[in-house]
Amino acid sequence: MAEKRLMYGNHALVEGIIYAGCRFFAGYPITPQNEVPEYMSIRMNEVGGVFLQTESEIAAINMLFGAGAAGVRATTSSSSPGISLMQEGISYIAGADIPVLVINIVRGGPGLGNIAPAQSDYYQATKGGGHGDYFTITLAPNSAQELFEFPKLAFELAEKYRNPALILADGLLGQMMEPVEFTFEPIDPGKLPEKDYALTGCRGRPRRVVRSYDLRPGKLEELNWKRYKKYQEIIKNEQRYETFNDKDAGLIIIAYGTCARVASAAMKMARDKNLKVGLLRPITLWPFPKDKVAQLSERIKDFLVVEMNCGQMIDDVRMATQFRSRIHFLGRPGGGVPTPPEVLKKIEEIMGGGR
Amino acid sequence: MKLIFGRPAGLTDVKQRYCPGCGHGIVHRLVAELLVELNIRERAVGIAPVGCSVFADEYFNCDMIQPPHGRGPAVATGIKRARPDCILFSYQGDGDLAAIGTAETVHAAARNENITLIFINNAIYGMTGGQLAPTTLPGMRSTTSVQGRDIVKQGYPIKVCELLAGLDGPYYLVRCAVNTPKNIIRTKKALKTAFQNQINNKGFSLVEILSMCPTGWGMTPVQAKKWIGEVMSKYYPLGEFRNLAKEEK
Ligand SMILES: Cc1ncc(C[n+]2csc(CCOP(=O)(O)OP(=O)(O)O)c2C)c(N)n1
Ligand code: SF4
Ligand SMILES: [Mg+2]
Repeated sequence: MAEKRLMYGNHALVEGIIYAGCRFFAGYPITPQNEVPEYMSIRMNEVGGVFLQTESEIAAINMLFGAGAAGVRATTSSSSPGISLMQEGISYIAGADIPVLVINIVRGGPGLGNIAPAQSDYYQATKGGGHGDYFTITLAPNSAQELFEFPKLAFELAEKYRNPALILADGLLGQMMEPVEFTFEPIDPGKLPEKDYALTGCRGRPRRVVRSYDLRPGKLEELNWKRYKKYQEIIKNEQRYETFNDKDAGLIIIAYGTCARVASAAMKMARDKNLKVGLLRPITLWPFPKDKVAQLSERIKDFLVVEMNCGQMIDDVRMATQFRSRIHFLGRPGGGVPTPPEVLKKIEEIMGGGR
Repeated sequence: MKLIFGRPAGLTDVKQRYCPGCGHGIVHRLVAELLVELNIRERAVGIAPVGCSVFADEYFNCDMIQPPHGRGPAVATGIKRARPDCILFSYQGDGDLAAIGTAETVHAAARNENITLIFINNAIYGMTGGQLAPTTLPGMRSTTSVQGRDIVKQGYPIKVCELLAGLDGPYYLVRCAVNTPKNIIRTKKALKTAFQNQINNKGFSLVEILSMCPTGWGMTPVQAKKWIGEVMSKYYPLGEFRNLAKEEK
């Protein structure tokens, strides 16, 4: 049986990054994710990896561009304002088709906002984020276990499609202590396959160039269409989600991350009152599990979207349901976290008490 | 027979798109020659900036990467730390290195990162059409200082070597020029030292090169060379600002 340890979410995340065979981390301190670089600095030292505390998030993402282009697994971690600073770099990385892992422990915004948990960077994470036509694969863990497991998954997807990947979490998940099962053997970075784009010096092969620009007439358009096809492939193959109690449900809550945990508790309370409530938890935010939502919407009249923002994922839900169902919303922006009774109240408003 | 004026193997066959009399082409040639002479072409990863020399990624015959404006030193750091056997050179203009990328430059120097920065100071934003650069001289005209740089409103230029010499980190800081054959030979020697420092794991080297931009300066190539000798190198004195190799002896 795999080893089990009681851990903070943030520490589980660090172990997951090390276990995924990543030996390169660059980042700049920001609350609420400081435990990540702090613990990472110790762990990278132990495993002989690279840890860089940078002068800014701009430097961090560009160091990742370099390390990713050199063919190694590279990670940065930050929170909302820092992720905003990284957007130009992420756009270049996407434009050069380089896999890297970016972690956003989202906090309340806009601006300096606050350091409370939030989901207000959903648009930024799932609609591109920086300039140009691109998307980033976005995973939304909701437990310390998934914080441990998702870095590996994120690297696998990033490398399969040669695209940056994001893990979108919040401070609540990071601060929580939970048992974590070490479900896979640590990956030896030396045993990962060589990358055919990696900048390593051109001994014995033609030189390689990593870039995002192409000024030849029509060529950049071609390249964007090629990347568009890649994105269509990702959308087709990689929609991930979990459903609970959806078979007999009259109402389905859609929520991810911390909100999914809150929603799950509310669902149980509702079931105790004989209200037939189900839950769909998106695991990939991009690609959004639109096929499942579309399928459910053929039968489900009411969806309740719960988010820690003013309503961002709700747009993707509306689109997926093609407006066939009624979409209800419970949101808490600015660092507010909805409570299970709050969600239950909303459920009762929609379904009427005890049906 | 030795080929004296052919294209060095450190350059590709791609035709370079610089204006007549531009300093970029001269420096490209020097770097390319050194890639071969020091036998580092197959270990090298070069970084092309955003600026007139963005196409350096087509010109240098080695692995190349093209990062965002000013971030060359950060990208070089990432590659060097991931692949310590590679020889990293980041080729940058003054806007790239001393305006938008100042932080990355200063911090790479402070970390004594084992990389080589090649800094083309032409006192102007060549690529975007001749706007004021962080290195534009007081009184010098640009398209955003048509009356000449007004130090009251636009501040003073940044002297990069002098600035970095205030840090403990950097190993080698030198300012050269490519306006005369003698200065070109000196520039090559400085670039060679900078690469050798990296090969010997000594750390951060920056070679600043005063370089002609006849187009941005509104001069003929001949006038531009003369201006470096008579005006620009007076404001930016040539020479070494840091050479820790000498102190180690
Ligand atoms: C983020 C960003 N801001 C602005 C630009 C526009 N831009 C391109 S080149 C350049 C100036 C380059 O000047 P310099 O670094 O001195 O190089 P030169 O062309 O003189 O060799 C600017 C401002 C850009 N590409 N990216
Ligand atoms: S504008 Fe200036 S720096 Fe750019 S190619 Fe022409 S001469 Fe060279
Ligand atoms: Mg310039």
